[in-house]
Amino acid sequence: MIDFLYQWVLAPFVEFAFMRRALVACLALALGSAPVGLFLVMRRMSLVGDAMSHAVLPGAAVGFLIAGLSLPAMSLGGFVAGVLVAGFAGLATRFTEIKEDASFAAFYLLSLAIGVLLVSSSGSNVDLMHLLFGSVLAVDDAALLLVASVASVTLLTLAVIYRPLLLESLDPVFLRAVGGHGSVWHLLFLLLVVLNLVSGFQALGTLMSVGLMMLPAICSRLWAATVGGMLLAAFLIAALAGMGGLLLSYHVELPSGPCIILLAGLFYIVSLFVAPQGGVLPRLLRQRHLES
Amino acid sequence: MIRLENLTVSYRRHPAVHHVSGSFADGQATAIFGPNGAGKSTLLKAIMGALKPDAGRVLMRGVARRDMAYLPQQSEIDRSLPVSVIDLVSSGHWQRSGLFGKVGRNDDDASWNALVTVGLEDFATRPIAALSSGQFQRVLFARILVQDAPLILLDEPFNAVDAATTADLLALVERWKTEGRTVIAVLHDEQQVREHFPQTLLMAREVIAWGDTAEVLTADKLRRASDTAAHWSANAPVCRVDGVTP
Repeated sequence: MIDFLYQWVLAPFVEFAFMRRALVACLALALGSAPVGLFLVMRRMSLVGDAMSHAVLPGAAVGFLIAGLSLPAMSLGGFVAGVLVAGFAGLATRFTEIKEDASFAAFYLLSLAIGVLLVSSSGSNVDLMHLLFGSVLAVDDAALLLVASVASVTLLTLAVIYRPLLLESLDPVFLRAVGGHGSVWHLLFLLLVVLNLVSGFQALGTLMSVGLMMLPAICSRLWAATVGGMLLAAFLIAALAGMGGLLLSYHVELPSGPCIILLAGLFYIVSLFVAPQGGVLPRLLRQRHLES
Repeated sequence: MIRLENLTVSYRRHPAVHHVSGSFADGQATAIFGPNGAGKSTLLKAIMGALKPDAGRVLMRGVARRDMAYLPQQSEIDRSLPVSVIDLVSSGHWQRSGLFGKVGRNDDDASWNALVTVGLEDFATRPIAALSSGQFQRVLFARILVQDAPLILLDEPFNAVDAATTADLLALVERWKTEGRTVIAVLHDEQQVREHFPQTLLMAREVIAWGDTAEVLTADKLRRASDTAAHWSANAPVCRVDGVTP
């Protein structure tokens, strides 16, 4: 039994440095992305993460066209594109009657179109496609440093803006009335969203990194009844999905990014049925009600 | 002290508050009364600072914006979030605690006492999703108690609230009056205004009458308010009034 566990769970990480790096990258990504995703869910912006993951594409492509397969260039490009889309969408929402989700949809589609044009104009470059869909097994020191830094910055920033951000999610009118500068926290938060998507794209790809952000966060509501509990649950689920996904991809020789997201998705499906906070099964096992 | 000077606020050029001037009595309870669409909520939002005037201004002396407690007509609180009743009440400490400030034991006591005052201490740890709309309104009043603000703005606070709850919450308004707080409330119930609000601003986009409630809520002036409301037109010409009307 011990042998079996070692063989399937520990050996890949003990024996191969690239697996250890990938694991560290996944854990760091989980630490940063999961809480950001949770705030997206609580602010009813679940699809904004998806929009932003498309929005960073042209920036990464421009980075690639200028500097080739350079992580700093592509990350910086992706970050700039993401911030531009978030900024324009925010301004459009603030100064017109267009709702936030509609603004994001409009600007990310624009950004995506430019991105696809840029990618296709650079020819069918295998390296570029590789990076767009990620390869967590190929993270080098630079990528690891980026992921770890982003996770640190995210956690520190969230610790600072936690109170106003939560209050702004809960009761924006109140925060505005008491002079709480709601939009400052909102913009800072959007910056964190972009940062985390960019940090995830070398490991998981632009399209998959949003999965590690959203799926654990959505699951967490089914497992915890407080914001603190949800933050913990989201991180644990993301970390488990990361580790499990790596092992799965190692043993059955499948791409790691989709494996990680697939596991997170499966966990969500299972949670729908068995999770204690509003899962289907606990609801079916009708417990007797309390006295008035 | 709050003074309105020729205040006009409009939505897409249509004025909701039209050349309103006057002062709210300090330390007193004023009701804002008038027909639907008379600009009552808009006026409250302009005082609160959420809407920018087209013309004129709101002058505040001795009250900073942070000295206000504001209760919107329909709260935009997302009640599906996993937040407990006591936590929501405690958010009323924001003006003093801010970003990092500690919410200490005294503050916790204040939150708890506020909940006791509105009669919901048994619900302290329940999620806000579990409350009825009347209970929820009590919680929002508890938060106003915690805010301890000298100026309290209430926008139709007794909508969708049963008689017993309304009576309890009106008792709080009475308490604020004796504590010398300025209360400005948009109300629909004439009886409530007569019984609890010594001052009334009767408006129909413009001021119809403003002063002692007994002198404002006369049959004659109420009719003038509804007549004015009946003659609003979608194709009004551009307004030529400018400058401060006394």
